[in-house]
Amino acid sequence: MENTVVSATNFNAWFGDNHVVKDVTINIEKNQCIAVMGPSGCGKTTFLRCINRMHELIPGATAKGSLKLYSDEIYTMNPIYVRYKIGMVFQRPNPFPNLSIYDNVIAGYKLNGLKVPKADLDNIVQKSLTSAALWNEVKDSLYKKGTFLSGGQQQRLCIARAIAMEPEVILFDEPTSALDPISTSSVEQLFHELKEKYTLIIVTHNMQQAARVSDKTAFFYVGELVEFDDTKQMFTAPSDVRTQNYITGRFN
Amino acid sequence: MTPLETEITALKKELVSMWMLVQSQMNKAKEALVTFDKDLAREVMIKEKRVNSFELKIDRDCENIFALYCPVAVDLRFLLAALKINTNLERIGDIAAGIALHVIESIENFDAKKLESTQLLRMYDESVNILIDTRMAFEKEDTALARSIFKRDDVLDEINEKAPDVIADLIRADINNLPEALYILSIIRKLERVGDQSKNIAEEIIFYVEAKILKHQESGKRLLEGEE
Repeated sequence: MENTVVSATNFNAWFGDNHVVKDVTINIEKNQCIAVMGPSGCGKTTFLRCINRMHELIPGATAKGSLKLYSDEIYTMNPIYVRYKIGMVFQRPNPFPNLSIYDNVIAGYKLNGLKVPKADLDNIVQKSLTSAALWNEVKDSLYKKGTFLSGGQQQRLCIARAIAMEPEVILFDEPTSALDPISTSSVEQLFHELKEKYTLIIVTHNMQQAARVSDKTAFFYVGELVEFDDTKQMFTAPSDVRTQNYITGRFN
Repeated sequence: MTPLETEITALKKELVSMWMLVQSQMNKAKEALVTFDKDLAREVMIKEKRVNSFELKIDRDCENIFALYCPVAVDLRFLLAALKINTNLERIGDIAAGIALHVIESIENFDAKKLESTQLLRMYDESVNILIDTRMAFEKEDTALARSIFKRDDVLDEINEKAPDVIADLIRADINNLPEALYILSIIRKLERVGDQSKNIAEEIIFYVEAKILKHQESGKRLLEGEE
């Protein structure tokens, strides 16, 4: 348990009366890469958005149960602080279109009015872009707009932006579904490097990606966490027939 | 049915066809041995090429399915099992051809009494029955039937273990028995390997259906696992 970074116990989430995450209990360990998969509408993205308190931003969205970052209840913490500690990268690369690459990386500091000396910011930008495997490609064009980058580079810029806040956990919501195979491959390679420092939770519809990048996989179905196990086990001999039917494409 | 299921069903049918051919090869080799029918033995040798073609085709089909469908879970286990079953069946095909070759090479026909007293015929029937039952276990995904193969293979092992003494007695009784006795010993050794190959196939069926690995486990433990 000492190693557990995020833990949910009988956690539930709703959109109005629609019960979308049902009694989920899961322990996610430090420096692991977790893939979350399941059919559309199974609650996987909602669960992900609960972890960094983004679920509540939708009118009528509610949550109940225990969801912890280490030993702290996420739902009693300051949501802004939660989002420092639990970064998120979305499906489509979303750099701020009017900001430079440099300013995109430190956007979290700027938008929250955090005063940091310029030298430290320079250091944060270089470290974050290096960790996101983007530094060598953009070091000579830091003051160009982020939107001039390719899709894959933009997504790595968004990862650098999340890293800049020194999070414990980074959430990824289908991070490569809008990228070509080469960019996908570079982001997947990045996952292997990032999990040395961070805990990664990735929602993906791409089962081969889940198999390639994750240590453990969670399978959600109609709001329930059906199975959570080592990825190797899940993709060779899943214990639940629903998981097997889903990953082998026999779901209907 | 998904495209992958269609491919797997076709592959399964192909493996069963190969199984039937190998089974027929074993039966014909036995008939050629008992009736000393060299033409039939030659037919077995010629049809061995068809067994080899099956092996190549099934290997290629598996490779294509891996490349095109990225199978997982039960589908992945099925394909891994299919590759190994394919190899085991091809080897049984080789054994049938090897027995047929002995018939072709032998100058004199085999004495029915010697085939009986050495338990070769009993062993032959049991090894073919085991081969048939592994096919049934495969077709019906019947792991209880697959597990029963382990014990039945022990019977073949026992005959094989006793074979050197039995053959030595035959030679001691009459030195003229020597060439025939050596052929009989060689065929007994081959039939023992049919048992081993069938046992390997049974392990693959259990792996495919139950995701349990029984390889390199003692036979007692294998049976116990089946009782769980």
